[in-house]
Amino acid sequence: MTVHDRAVLPLGARRPVLRINEVDKTFNGGVVALRRLSLTVNEGDFISLLGPSGCGKSTALRLIAGLMRPTVGRIVWEGGQGSDDLGVVFQEPTLMPWNTVAKNVWLPFRLRGQSFASVKDRIMEALALVGLEKFADSYPRELSGGMKMRVSIARALVTNPRLILMDEPFAALDEITRQKLNDDLLSLKARTGATVIFVTHSVFESVFLSDRILVMAARPGRIIKEIEVDAGYPRGIDWRTSPEYAAVARATSETLTSTLAPDEVH
Amino acid sequence: MSVTHNTTPRDQQGSGPIFDEEEERYARAQRIEAIARWVVPIVVLALSIWLWDRVVVWNEIPHYVLPGPGLVLSTLYEDRVTLFASLLVTLQITFMALAVAIIGGVGLAVLFTQSKFAEMSFSPFAVILQVTPIVSIAPLIFIYVENRLVGLLLCAWIVAFFPILANTTLGLKSADHNLRDLMNIYKASRWQRLRFLQLPSALPYFLGGLRIAGGLALIGAVVAEYVAGTGGIGSGLAFRILEAGYRLNIPRMFAALLLIALTGIVIFATTSLISHFALRKWHESAIKRE
Repeated sequence: MTVHDRAVLPLGARRPVLRINEVDKTFNGGVVALRRLSLTVNEGDFISLLGPSGCGKSTALRLIAGLMRPTVGRIVWEGGQGSDDLGVVFQEPTLMPWNTVAKNVWLPFRLRGQSFASVKDRIMEALALVGLEKFADSYPRELSGGMKMRVSIARALVTNPRLILMDEPFAALDEITRQKLNDDLLSLKARTGATVIFVTHSVFESVFLSDRILVMAARPGRIIKEIEVDAGYPRGIDWRTSPEYAAVARATSETLTSTLAPDEVH
Repeated sequence: MSVTHNTTPRDQQGSGPIFDEEEERYARAQRIEAIARWVVPIVVLALSIWLWDRVVVWNEIPHYVLPGPGLVLSTLYEDRVTLFASLLVTLQITFMALAVAIIGGVGLAVLFTQSKFAEMSFSPFAVILQVTPIVSIAPLIFIYVENRLVGLLLCAWIVAFFPILANTTLGLKSADHNLRDLMNIYKASRWQRLRFLQLPSALPYFLGGLRIAGGLALIGAVVAEYVAGTGGIGSGLAFRILEAGYRLNIPRMFAALLLIALTGIVIFATTSLISHFALRKWHESAIKRE
């Protein structure tokens, strides 16, 4: 199997990847981080979880990643979860500084006992997808922040996972690099047909990237609105400057603002 | 008023790639510093030795009180057979102790990070051994341990192993938490986590510990020899110093001391070099900033 053999299916024809059923997460001490989270992730979806700090978006991601268990409810992978079904990109590049770029991307295979030589083609293919094939033998410290993030993305998609989780991956980057990476992420998605759940606190990023935006509110963390972004892919500078984009961004922004001051809404 | 020379076009200036006086001054200061880093310590050391020699000659100090540097060197040459045999003994104890300290320190550190109960059970012993001065433990060791070499080894090991244990434990625990999450997501085994994440994370810490432990192993070996005393079949450098002291052979004491100091320097330089080469590709401490 190669990295880009998955067709981008039209909406409706998509099969579900993951179902989250009425999940609650309560931390020790009774803090409710998430209440009644329900979500069906379909193949090819680009879902953004958008909300202020403390709305439980990162908790939701950690639950899906299997890093914690829900207090109530279930997260079910359609057809069960295989070992290479999940790729994760964190807010930091999270690379091993003692390994070269290629060896970093090798990690998911390495942990399954596959030798470097046997997966070298796939590693180089993933690096080519993020435009870093020339830097395979560099060490992470030699790369810029944006390039490190690309390596992290290459590592997440090298196993051709059914779902890629991204936890505010570009939040620490400058605006120019961030826009470039947003463009690149979309073209990656177009080529690989990847399914992505993307956590962000940027309205513009979520509107630019996703076809579904789940707006979340805090105390307790919950989804308050699902906004569908009808514009198809590919998206580029035209989408970023279109009136439709502005309208969705405005609606999303207003929903988000309403979550910040719940007392005034009642 | 004239315009500052900074705005003069480059081709109207003198030749050479440097077109700023301040920059030139800075570059010159850098060059001088690079040379001075080597020259200054050597000159100061040479001056000190010369002064030592002059003090001995001018005050006509007898050699059994303070020998001059020349006499120390000639004694080192004349007694070379005895002294180098002793040096080998001290080196043997030092390096064996260091090797056991590395194995024991790293092994215990791995055990500590794998099992909380092991850490709770054994870390008090490690701390007690570390904080109790070796001179006060050593006499007991020589009462209970029959073999003198093993006794010496044990003393040197006790001193050397703690920095390796403490540093490696810290290093194993300081692996990046996102990388640990990543290991969980990819369902890495305990062994894989140790091999691919924790051990490489701990390497800089371990090497820091090794630099300390190398010097301490030598100190431990020498101290243990002093405690073991001149009885028995002792023949290390510390034994030579004690022996020469009893015979008022001060020049030989200095010669043996010189050998111990040189050994310490060589050990420190070697461990620093190992550390540099192991980390130069990726770790902050070994990277030269441009």
